[in-house]
Amino acid sequence: MPSLNMVKALNLALNEGLREDEDVVIMGEDVGQDEGVFRVTENLLKKYGRDRVIDTPLAEGAIVGTAVGMALYGMKPVCEMQFSGFAYQAYHQIEGHMSRYRNRTRGRYNMPIVVRMPFGGGIRAIEHHSESREALYAHNPGLKMVVCSTPRNARALLLESIRHPDPVIFFEPKAVYRAFKEEVPDEPETMPIGKAQVVREGSDITLISYGAMMRPTLEAAADLTDDDGVSVEVLDLLTVSPLDTETLTKSVAKTGRAVVIHEGPRTCGVGAEVVARIVETCFYHLEAPVRRITGYDVHFPYFAREQAFLPGADRITHAARETLAC
Amino acid sequence: MARKKITVDHKLEYLAILDEHGKIDDGLDPKLDDNTLLEMHRLMLTTRLLDDRLLAMQRQGKIGTYAPIRGQEAVQIATAMTLTPDDWMLQSFREPGVCYYRGWPIHTIMQFWGGYEEGCTVPEGINDTPICVPVASQFPHVTGVAWAMKIKGKETVALGYIGDGATSEGDFHEALTFAGVYDVPAVFVIVNNQWAISHPREMQTRAATLAQKAGGYGIDGIQVDGNDPLAIYVATTEAVAKARAGGGPTLIEAVTYRLIMHTTADDPKKYRDEADVKVWEKRDPLIRFDQYLRDKGLLDDERDAAMRDEIKKIIKEGVTQYEANRDVDPRDCFKYLYEDVPEELKQQAAEFDAALQREGVTIGH
Repeated sequence: MPSLNMVKALNLALNEGLREDEDVVIMGEDVGQDEGVFRVTENLLKKYGRDRVIDTPLAEGAIVGTAVGMALYGMKPVCEMQFSGFAYQAYHQIEGHMSRYRNRTRGRYNMPIVVRMPFGGGIRAIEHHSESREALYAHNPGLKMVVCSTPRNARALLLESIRHPDPVIFFEPKAVYRAFKEEVPDEPETMPIGKAQVVREGSDITLISYGAMMRPTLEAAADLTDDDGVSVEVLDLLTVSPLDTETLTKSVAKTGRAVVIHEGPRTCGVGAEVVARIVETCFYHLEAPVRRITGYDVHFPYFAREQAFLPGADRITHAARETLAC
Repeated sequence: MARKKITVDHKLEYLAILDEHGKIDDGLDPKLDDNTLLEMHRLMLTTRLLDDRLLAMQRQGKIGTYAPIRGQEAVQIATAMTLTPDDWMLQSFREPGVCYYRGWPIHTIMQFWGGYEEGCTVPEGINDTPICVPVASQFPHVTGVAWAMKIKGKETVALGYIGDGATSEGDFHEALTFAGVYDVPAVFVIVNNQWAISHPREMQTRAATLAQKAGGYGIDGIQVDGNDPLAIYVATTEAVAKARAGGGPTLIEAVTYRLIMHTTADDPKKYRDEADVKVWEKRDPLIRFDQYLRDKGLLDDERDAAMRDEIKKIIKEGVTQYEANRDVDPRDCFKYLYEDVPEELKQQAAEFDAALQREGVTIGH
């Protein structure tokens, strides 16, 4: 079992997707010759050729728009948006067609398309390269919205997304791309879309997060245990739409306390939906108000201010202690 | 160092064969056989009468807002007749004649305007896409379908329609950019009816023609008299044959005129001069083709009346079918969204079902 970083793990899933189904094509800006600006598509052009790994002109709308056309003709495109901040130029195709075609045609045309995009802050990038807009896609009927957090689940979820019959928006936390390695099985491994994972079991409080925020969340969980003797349960949502209400409910019904953590803005963010579900299903189990540690409702600051802005373990620990004090 | 004129090697032409009086240019006559000419006429007439009926149905409250096509019948029929069933047709929202030719049931065409998703159920075996409401957004799909055909090694063609206003959208530009770069077997038809609701063609772009935009993407362009079915047929046949033979995409601008409102929700008197409409009424494709066929001895009053009766019978049958299928299950909005249906959605569907039962609602129409 090789130890891979997230970039290599994603590359493994793409390689497997291309290998097992000749209808799968990869398309995007600089994904071929340059092997992707983050090298996620390394070696794929050499291996599969220009009809399978396609360098496109610089136009996000046409990348997704032509992918919709390819899907109409039975293909399974995996599109790369170079950064999620540029995907708005494709949003009309995502909302207007990719998410609607199956329903519109009463099931005649499926849209088995994956739109991958790196998201989130923490890599000292310029404007438009650091936002977290997963809520935008989660709000959009007809899509599945997946966010990986480690090399192993990145590979498993991407391979599952490529095989999936419905359109998937696949968010990759670029701050995690090369942050650490994890053992990833040699044999193709998948994880189901729509299932959260309990990554640390506990009984006093539930911390709920996804993507790059899983690292400070796990750090906070360890601190709370080590310093305060608190038993912390940690959930990784992995899919933010459809949300795994069952796993959320099971955990918070047990602990009675919860903090939700994400980078994206607070208002109408994924945290708001998580809190609503908890209130709907766990109201009588709650010992304290559910807290949200999130990005604020402002534009993501330029990188001189980003480390101060991003939620870290301290902010999470502080909120958890206040929750535990109730 | 140099300063010199740059010459580009894409082709840009204008083509007209049959004038507004029904007189043909013998040198350009494609010499279609009599049956094909009569079929072309029958289909254009069907499109006109179907359009009239849909407009009447809107006035009667049987369908919702409708986007009529009066005056644009030639470009629909003469392009569609160049395709085989294996080719793909990607429509805008003003192609009922094309749909009819391609085999869509008339009641299905009516269902879209009646507010039913059933109007988007592309019949099995027909390689078309349904009405596309967001202007120009179907053009990247044309490129994508054609691209997939090329990747899969098929000798088929994708043909799509767009309006003059749509040429100002980014999707038009992006679709043609990609189509040129990957040299895909596509035919892009601009139905230039001069008006994007209230905005005239000359205010969409300063370019003298829309066809010349093809040059910017390194592909061939041709402007045709969009009320001349023979010119359209010839231009499209050539573009389709070229695409099928691996010669890449073509942009066709068919210059026509919307003789009527944009949709039943606007009044064209507010934004355009009725005198212009009168000029274009004389250029009506049906008038000139009728005259041409009569001059050729293929049509007379008796045959015309018989043809109209036959068409009206077909349309009436469509209306009957439409009327007989108006009650639908509102719960279907959950049924087709996903192949892999999320648990949450199943719960919402159950909630909706319970609400409808409580409210005593069982059907929508």
